[in-house]
Amino acid sequence: MQEHTVRSYGEELRRLREMIARMGGLAERQVADAVSALVRRDAELATEVMARDAEIDALEREIENFCIRLLALRQPVGQDLRLVIASLKIIHAIERIGDYARNAAKRSIVLAQQPPLGSLNGFQRMAVLVQEELKGAMDALVNDDAARASEVWASDQSVDEVYNGIFREMLTHMMEDPRNITAATHLLFVAKNLERIGDHATNIAETVYYAVSGKPMTEERPKADSSPFAVVRPPA
Amino acid sequence: MSDTGTAARQPATQERSFGGMQARSSAVLNETARISVRNLDFFYGDNRALKSINFDLPDRQVTGMIGPSGCGKSTLLRVLNRMYSLYPGQRASGEVLLDGKNILDDDVDVNELRAKVGMVFQKPTPFPMTIYENIAFGVRLHEKLSKAQMDERVEWALSRAAIWGEVKDRLNTNAMGLSGGQQQRLCIARSIAVRPEVILFDEPTSALDPISTLKIEELIDELKRDFTIAIVTHNMQQAARCADQVAFFYLGELIEVAPAAQLFTAPQHPRTQEYITGRFG
Repeated sequence: MQEHTVRSYGEELRRLREMIARMGGLAERQVADAVSALVRRDAELATEVMARDAEIDALEREIENFCIRLLALRQPVGQDLRLVIASLKIIHAIERIGDYARNAAKRSIVLAQQPPLGSLNGFQRMAVLVQEELKGAMDALVNDDAARASEVWASDQSVDEVYNGIFREMLTHMMEDPRNITAATHLLFVAKNLERIGDHATNIAETVYYAVSGKPMTEERPKADSSPFAVVRPPA
Repeated sequence: MSDTGTAARQPATQERSFGGMQARSSAVLNETARISVRNLDFFYGDNRALKSINFDLPDRQVTGMIGPSGCGKSTLLRVLNRMYSLYPGQRASGEVLLDGKNILDDDVDVNELRAKVGMVFQKPTPFPMTIYENIAFGVRLHEKLSKAQMDERVEWALSRAAIWGEVKDRLNTNAMGLSGGQQQRLCIARSIAVRPEVILFDEPTSALDPISTLKIEELIDELKRDFTIAIVTHNMQQAARCADQVAFFYLGELIEVAPAAQLFTAPQHPRTQEYITGRFG
């Protein structure tokens, strides 16, 4: 693609992508740190994660204003218009991801005071998967890569599968011993947060796909979250 | 903008909805053509300025024509009412069908053709005579009307061009005393007074201030209920605002023609993309 005739306009669009990539990177780190705090029972790290969410919120406002300015002053059309509109949607999704990470961190503080509840490998696995999705979506945006966006969009199934496993595991813990209920409930919410983060990451990928290719994703996204139908029976 | 009947006829292939605008655009695809251009070539001497152009002006729709200077869009406009026949060494081949008749044929009466296909130019071109006479002059060439009928026609044309209220008390003053925007609307009134089928606008607002420009654009939107309109413009926002379908020309070729909402959000051709986004080499 050729450069813009007005160089400053081209630079502004480049800067927009950079800011979004920075915001996405920050969200990735928040997710990673929130889950580390959970696994390591590290209340200090959890507190840091909660405080850092304000940075994501501030970036969202900054990028939103930048987009409004671009719309007013440059009147973008074609791919540039799609990029600006996609950016407005993407930063909203990233902001939500930040909120979920903060909520997970907050719960990890309570969890650190409860007796441990088996392995947290599933949480680490989920964190890795949603971070990959988020990173993939950001790469697709920065490199104008519709194929990459499409890959990310189709990859959320494995997150759902891990989530289903955690859901059943937690129900089982609760049935085994009512004293597990506090921890298991908080952990369920953390798992749900991670699952929602995955969904937002795929939404971002979908938006990036449209921005890059000009075509909306029309198929139904493959989903594997079976927890809404899950029933676990108490041991006989 | 569009009625629900039009919306109901949306083709299933339309990829993305643009609210009401999408219905308006899809109507383009359904309407019959008022003018059909087929394999049109145009030459200034040996220079081939238009290359195998094929496209339609849909009935009672606005077609915007955009492209960099020298791309052939104004040339095409000049072909549509045989303006080029005034100049030696300029010739067209192919077909331009208006109501099924090829207007490039030698036996076409160009005066009659220009009554059917009117033109409004970049700079307002009122005749140095009264406002009334500016309108009546052209009508007299084509029709014999009584004084009362002519009065009625003049009022009708001036009203349709949204200038009647401003000039009705001074119809017998010289038209050169009007402002630029008023002169342009007078010229539009003059074009529609002979009741054409098609009106061609060649950059009709490039000499006007923003408010006069918006008035002309509003007028174009109003006029398309009765007339088929083609507008050449360098102002892409204007094409986006006024046109139902937009055609992009480059180096004498028609690169892409699409509903305006589609062309300005997701153009299909890389050249179009580069041009509308300002990435032109």
